[in-house]
Amino acid sequence: MPAAVPVSYYLILSAILFGLGVAGFLFRRNIITVFMSIELMLNAVNLSFIAFSYQLRQVDGHIFAFFVMVVAAAEAAVGLAIILTVFKNRSTLAIDDVSSLNN
Amino acid sequence: MQDQQLWLIPALPLVGFLINGLLGRRFPKALVNVVALGSVLFSFAWVLKTFNALGGLETAHVERYFSWIQSGSLDIGFDLSVDRLTAVMLLVVTGIGSLIHIYATGYMSHEGGYYRFFAYLNLFMFFMLTLVLGNNFLVMFVGWEGVGLCSYLLIGFYTLKKSAGDAAKKAFIVNRIGDFGFALAMFLMVVNFGSLDFQKVFAAVKPMPVEQTAGLLTAIALLLFVGATGKSAQVPLYVWLPDAMEGPTPVSALIHAATMVTAGVYMTARSAVIFQHSPMAMDVVAIVGVITAVMAATIGITQFDIKKVFAYSTVSQLGYMFIACGVGAFSAGIYHVVTHAFFKALLFLGAGSVIHALGGEQDLRHMGGLWKKIPITFGVLACAWVAISGVPPFAGFYSKDEILLAAHHHAPWMYWVGVVTAGMTAFYVSRAIFMCFFGDYRGHHHPHESPVSMWGPLAVLALLSLAGGMYFKVPHYLEPMFPAAEGHHDETLVMISVAAGLLGIGIAALLYVVRPGLPDTIAAAFGPVYKLVYNKYFVDEIYDAAIVNPLVGTSRSFLWRVMDAGIIDGIVNGTGFAAKTIGGGLRLLQSGNIRSYAAWVTAGCVLVLLAIGVVAGGVR
Amino acid sequence: MDAFLFFLFAAIAVACGINLVLQTHPISSALSLIGVMGSLAVLYLLLGAEFMAAAQLIVYAGAIMVLFIFVIMLLNAGAERSKSTSLLAKALGIPALLAFLGVIGFLIQALLPNTELVKFGAFTGGTAQAIGRKLFTEYLLPFEVTSVLILIAILGAVVLARKEI
Repeated sequence: MPAAVPVSYYLILSAILFGLGVAGFLFRRNIITVFMSIELMLNAVNLSFIAFSYQLRQVDGHIFAFFVMVVAAAEAAVGLAIILTVFKNRSTLAIDDVSSLNN
Repeated sequence: MQDQQLWLIPALPLVGFLINGLLGRRFPKALVNVVALGSVLFSFAWVLKTFNALGGLETAHVERYFSWIQSGSLDIGFDLSVDRLTAVMLLVVTGIGSLIHIYATGYMSHEGGYYRFFAYLNLFMFFMLTLVLGNNFLVMFVGWEGVGLCSYLLIGFYTLKKSAGDAAKKAFIVNRIGDFGFALAMFLMVVNFGSLDFQKVFAAVKPMPVEQTAGLLTAIALLLFVGATGKSAQVPLYVWLPDAMEGPTPVSALIHAATMVTAGVYMTARSAVIFQHSPMAMDVVAIVGVITAVMAATIGITQFDIKKVFAYSTVSQLGYMFIACGVGAFSAGIYHVVTHAFFKALLFLGAGSVIHALGGEQDLRHMGGLWKKIPITFGVLACAWVAISGVPPFAGFYSKDEILLAAHHHAPWMYWVGVVTAGMTAFYVSRAIFMCFFGDYRGHHHPHESPVSMWGPLAVLALLSLAGGMYFKVPHYLEPMFPAAEGHHDETLVMISVAAGLLGIGIAALLYVVRPGLPDTIAAAFGPVYKLVYNKYFVDEIYDAAIVNPLVGTSRSFLWRVMDAGIIDGIVNGTGFAAKTIGGGLRLLQSGNIRSYAAWVTAGCVLVLLAIGVVAGGVR
Repeated sequence: MDAFLFFLFAAIAVACGINLVLQTHPISSALSLIGVMGSLAVLYLLLGAEFMAAAQLIVYAGAIMVLFIFVIMLLNAGAERSKSTSLLAKALGIPALLAFLGVIGFLIQALLPNTELVKFGAFTGGTAQAIGRKLFTEYLLPFEVTSVLILIAILGAVVLARKEI
């Protein structure tokens, strides 16, 4: 085993996690899980921000990640409120049943 | 020289047009009058003020407002200018325009669309003043097209009459042919001189040699003249003007007698430098003028509609003006523009007064003996009559005299044709006057004299017709621009033309007062010739057969059925059908299922990434 | 040691991520996500981002995930009834996903062939002091805008949670 791994490994890990987030988004039916998949994707992107920050020896990447985190928090607040409202009105969390867009 | 705010002169009628056109429907008639008359009178006042401030106008006074079209080295500005030629035209347009506006308040008082009429009239004033004031050919062209538009709108003013609509269309289309020539002339100027400014173009033309054979300047001059034949109703494009009498009479007086139709003469005089460099173009102008003058005069003799008589008279007189331009006596042409504006506006307005008195009757055969019933109208019409007949010392005598002398100096045969035409002119105007005012009344309507708002302007115009020629020495005023033609003042020639005019009056008196039965006998004796002339040489029919019908036929059978219905509609419908079919296919993708949308987004991202990879790989 | 830590926590993160996708019960997914976030915090630390590691734990694993679990509990969300997921999503999604990973991996290797080796302590710019300095000087305006964003989010949540909607 090498003593250290290059930054590109972190980037590949980030890509894998992002892909998992996309998969969750595509295949899960529960609206809350879908939402968590989005959070997973955001985390994956954060990881690559911080990896690049290490590579370039600059702190700006951290700042970006920080902003992503803030936006994610705001998004979670509003998103969960929407989920609550949808559930109150339709008594379901299955995303396929929420298809008013169709026709 | 300081700024004179020349733009106010055309802008005021424009404001009047906007107010009346947009809000006039709700205005009472008095308010419409105030706006329309106020703007024109103010414009007239501003013209006077400007001349007062500018003094002698030895050189042109140019005002630049903004750069209008800039393309490469071509820079066309919205420039207005005043010189002596413009000054004469401005006074005629605003002065007579004001009088006719006043007259129209009386004449149109019983008509519907009152506000619309005055809005159009003001719009016409705006464009006409732009035409006259413009300092380059393009600004002039704006006015040129604008007055054509207003002419169209006003000829077709009685929208419920089909004949009015047809006449309006005819005027518009025939004018297009002329405008085509004007536009081509402008293109040639831009290409060869790189500018449309009067000063620059003429400065470029001046050093060029006089063209003995056809060349660039001949082409420009002839194309400009094509424009002039359209606007000023010369052979072969004169056919629209007699039909234009479908419009209200004040319109006939203002647009189709006094101002707009003289725009071609103004333009020719303005481009005098170009014409003077091409003797060939000058000859064409003069000969077209002669043909028009004779032909229209002969037709005028046979017509029975009082407005048609005066319309052909206008065409004939315009021919005179072009004879003047063609023989190089531009100042005499403008002189005739001015005097003609006086007496022809008066003739039309007087005829309008007669028509008004008779409740719309225009046929001379149903008039007669009116001098007792509408004496004021008879009085003013008599003034116009002696003026147009060339009786000294009234207005028409002076200008006609100048033209005929210049024609004699150029080519004696033109003089003799001109004299004969002058005789015919005197004859047909006298004929109209005698048929209208003398003999027994042959109509049924009870005639009544016109209100003061109508005969007031008529009185002013009558005064101008009588004294205008003597008082306004236009050629002398224009001498700095158009040097007086050499040639002596030959008393014999003057006597001959005056005699021709008096002879015309005398024959008319003989035929229509002393021996009223004689004209019919003569007409019967010259049967076929009379028929030919009475039907205006069948020019309209020839045009219909040669141009209009083939065009209409081609449009119907080919352009409509094949091009429009087949190809163009086919393309349009095919596009719709294709979009519908493809959309129907794509509709299946719109499942409303969020995750299938997300799958598409993912697939798209992959494609974008692939593209980036290809590009990045290519860069490396 | 650095490599060992990376592989260990990368493996945990990927395993938890797979678990997140495969589990049918949302509460299991949520716990898996917390695992991912925790291991990511360790990786941040390895990359010298000590402030971000702390924030990751406090904000994400602490606050946001608590909110998630709270909502799951509140709605009493049970396991998904296994119904066939969209055929189109599967047919298009899985190949697209694999292609995505392949392309990304290729691009990373092709465009960044020799990246630096990650050694703990080699980059010390990620302290709270350094981030604070940046945040309140260069990035002051975005920071303030963020506060407005959060305010709007609070208002939105309040409006949405009212009874009438």
